[in-house]
Amino acid sequence: MAVLDSKTPAGPIDKKWTQHKNDINVVNPANKRLIDVIVVGTGLAGASAAATLAELGYKVKAFCYQDSPRRAHSIAAQGGINAAKNYQGDNDSTYRLFYDTVKGGDYRSRESNVYRLAEVSANIIDQCVAQGVPFAREYGGLLDNRSFGGVLVSRTFYAKGQTGQQLLLGAYSAMNRQIGMGRIEQFNRHEMLDVVVVDGKARGIIARDLVSGKIERHGAHAVLICSGGYGNVFFLSTNAMGSNVTAAWKIHKRGAYFANPCYTQIHPTCIPRSGEHQSKLTLMSESLRNDGRIWVPAKKEDAEAIRTGKLKPTDLKEEDRDYYLERRYPSFGNLVPRDVASRAAKERCDAGFGVNKTGEAVYLDFDAAITRYGHEKALVDGIHDASEQKIRELGEAVIESKYGNLFQMYEKIVDQNPYKTPMMIYPAVHYTMGGVWVDYNLMTTIPGCYALGEANFSDHGANRLGASALMQGLADGYFVIPYTIGDYLGDEIRTGPIPTDSPEFDAAEKEVTGQLNKLLGIQGKHSVDHFHKRLGKVMWDKVGMARNAKGLNEAIEEIKQIRKEFWEDVRIPGSSNELNPELEKAGRVADFLELGELFARDALERNESCGGHFREESQTEEGEALRDDKNFSYVAAWEYTGEPSKAILHKEELEFKDIELKQRSYK
Amino acid sequence: MDLNLKVWRQKNATEKGALKDYAIKEVSPDSSFLEMLDLLNDQLIESGEDPVAFDHDCREGICGSCSLYVNGEAHGPSRAITTCQLHMRSFKDGDTIYIEPFRAKAFPVIKDLVVDRSSFDRIQQAGGFISVNTSGNTQDANALPIPKADADKAFDAATCIGCGACVATCKNASAMLFVSAKVSQFSLLPQGKVEAKSRALNMVHQMDLEGFGNCTNTGACEVECPKGISLENIARLNREFLGATITEG
Ligand SMILES: Cc1cc2nc3c(=O)[nH]c(=O)nc-3n(C[C@H](O)[C@H](O)[C@H](O)COP(=O)(O)OP(=O)(O)OC[C@H]3O[C@@H](n4cnc5c(N)ncnc54)[C@H](O)[C@@H]3O)c2cc1C
Ligand code: SF4
Ligand code: FES
Repeated sequence: MAVLDSKTPAGPIDKKWTQHKNDINVVNPANKRLIDVIVVGTGLAGASAAATLAELGYKVKAFCYQDSPRRAHSIAAQGGINAAKNYQGDNDSTYRLFYDTVKGGDYRSRESNVYRLAEVSANIIDQCVAQGVPFAREYGGLLDNRSFGGVLVSRTFYAKGQTGQQLLLGAYSAMNRQIGMGRIEQFNRHEMLDVVVVDGKARGIIARDLVSGKIERHGAHAVLICSGGYGNVFFLSTNAMGSNVTAAWKIHKRGAYFANPCYTQIHPTCIPRSGEHQSKLTLMSESLRNDGRIWVPAKKEDAEAIRTGKLKPTDLKEEDRDYYLERRYPSFGNLVPRDVASRAAKERCDAGFGVNKTGEAVYLDFDAAITRYGHEKALVDGIHDASEQKIRELGEAVIESKYGNLFQMYEKIVDQNPYKTPMMIYPAVHYTMGGVWVDYNLMTTIPGCYALGEANFSDHGANRLGASALMQGLADGYFVIPYTIGDYLGDEIRTGPIPTDSPEFDAAEKEVTGQLNKLLGIQGKHSVDHFHKRLGKVMWDKVGMARNAKGLNEAIEEIKQIRKEFWEDVRIPGSSNELNPELEKAGRVADFLELGELFARDALERNESCGGHFREESQTEEGEALRDDKNFSYVAAWEYTGEPSKAILHKEELEFKDIELKQRSYK
Repeated sequence: MDLNLKVWRQKNATEKGALKDYAIKEVSPDSSFLEMLDLLNDQLIESGEDPVAFDHDCREGICGSCSLYVNGEAHGPSRAITTCQLHMRSFKDGDTIYIEPFRAKAFPVIKDLVVDRSSFDRIQQAGGFISVNTSGNTQDANALPIPKADADKAFDAATCIGCGACVATCKNASAMLFVSAKVSQFSLLPQGKVEAKSRALNMVHQMDLEGFGNCTNTGACEVECPKGISLENIARLNREFLGATITEG
């Protein structure tokens, strides 16, 4: 196998992208009309790519498993999107965003890609405003910003707690314009079940119409995988129920390397689980850490009393509370990066200071912010002798205007009023930094097959900073792929339409139908969820927030065993020629059961702690993550050779020329 | 808690459907309505029956997938939430719960509780956008200050999740609230004003083609809308629409 070539352009970091754009092929408009592009996924990455490529003149086919592109999981993103606009004049810059992202990712990302991301970030905001995205504004009519974890500037643009929704609806509207003009053909309720590779190049996909169950062949000159992340391998996560790894995994099995599968983000502020019935977990946006203070009782007996309902959190005096993030990390306080905040919560709960029935929860308290805002607002309104009650009222209104929908969401789920009593939160699986390996052009190791958005591995290293996924999805789709794809498609203008009656399409379709029939034929005893939950439990217990060699080795064996039982004992009702949600789930879980094993292997191989990957064998005396740059400063890119246990590890060495490698410190 | 469910079962778009009874036991009051259906489905699968199909994805009230008519109300008895945000603590032990799909001529049933809402997409395709390319060659975002009040109102309109509860609730099955939300979002912003009139015309035209009914101002939609989209938007749409028909003669 060839050495992984990242195709990073030469030259100084701030000139690479411009130079690269000058150097690559451009396809003339008349020829673009002869070229078909398939986009799998209509989240921020897919929708923006589909719209832009169609505007440029390519013939686009877009696919999503939901009933409308607008429902892609990106819709659920809450807090915001970063951009190095420096509107607040707080000394932000392209370099600072680049630096923060590389450092936040614990020096495990590719410098050139991250720099480009920072470089195009400002343009995203211009673009979205032109599209009519209603970002939050200040009274003067200019755009407002907030801060997110791991940075010292205010560069996050937002639309209340619905930023992802507004950005996705923006991209969806751009898609709609192209659909209306016939330049995008949209396939809703369709699931891509394989990629077809002809003479070494991606030439199309096999998809299933989820309503009729019909298996379809679609040919194209390039295939873009924008299918999102695979956090649902843990069963419980903040992802949408249907989020899955299937598209990414199928291309992996056809030759695309899978990079850093073990890099998972466990988000510190999620609603704790309440019982066995739980089907998913709900995020409380990180933006809440702008105003919320995180604490647990300082004394174990108080924690105990709270757990048994004898004491209320509001009864505890200041000195009896342990604001452990402010204590341990005075310079970043409640705004440390996610991985650090999550581990700190786990540490306190493991030590017996957790606050809900399960002992797995900490407080996120808005009391101080309500009082502070109340005082400010009273002054602004010219009320000088405001009563305490009036101040609370005013303060609560300010908090409501910032986070209203999040507070409402919390109240609906937990049945407690977070304006009056602190929220309870606990870490949950949220995002996967790992994904399909791509080069600087976002091309996978299959020529003509690209991966964008959360589905690829490229920009966030071992930990993603808040508000950077939306930025990356839109950067990839609006501003990167429209250029880089030309470099490949420039050679395809004479290819002509891709026939779908080739032996390769026959074979791929046969495999897909074979798997569906096999699944339906098992007729065992247990539902798909039964196996998915078991997989999730192994992943959470042994491949979760803290990992060690023993646990990982056990996980690998246990996952193999669950996979075996799944293929012997799963029960899927109905047939393949109708709407059959159980059959859809089964295919996804089958892939999770393979990915899970590779995930654990990758975690075992990486005997260092970095970002969200914490190996107990590699920590400082104070329990902070300890990186090992000498041995692990590489991207682990896995090649499939028949089954996960036989995957071959390839290493892309990471070079840091523009940022000095340092142990991260948020103290 | 133990419950009696009456669930709409319909094999596919062509076959006739009917309500079917199911008894379900030991539902946690902390579980969500859809988690209660998960439990039912688990039981159905393990006993060899066909599980109930229903649309869902985010399960936090934002994707607009879930679309159940619960005890005669779109998204169930509580206000300002979607079905997936409804929790079982809103019901009592021993309750009988009717579960049906969103019904409208323009939302044909696909299976059980799953309906086809692609008519909503086609309305958006007819004009729910600002005609600007995504090339990024636009002016700096702050070159165009927008009064906060306008931006906030545009945002409120833009929070529509396209669930269709307004249609399912309306006795005329009108889609006016949905259409007016998009038209309002854009007509409140300077970027969107340019095409405000043609947008209103095109979207309303498509709405009519899809077979949605006329709005007779009953206001039922506003009550059931999980996102609090207000009737003000319909008034705004009417203004744009009338303005447009007058100018176009
Ligand atoms: C609750 C929550 C809040 C978040 N908040 C923020 C935030 O504030 N800021 C931020 O930057 N990031 C946030 N994130 C992360 C961010 O939302 C995601 O990383 C990002 O939206 C992913 O976008 P995407 O386009 O890559 O994929 P997605 O939006 O996940 O889209 C995937 C698409 O692929 C399709 N698909 C998948 N598989 C198939 C298949 N086999 N066949 C056909 N179609 C398929 C789906 O239908 C869908 O259209 C949040 C994430 C969560 C879970
Ligand atoms: S207006 Fe309200 S009820 Fe109608 S589709 Fe939008 S969110 Fe749903
Ligand atoms: S499942 Fe997304 S809104 Fe209910």
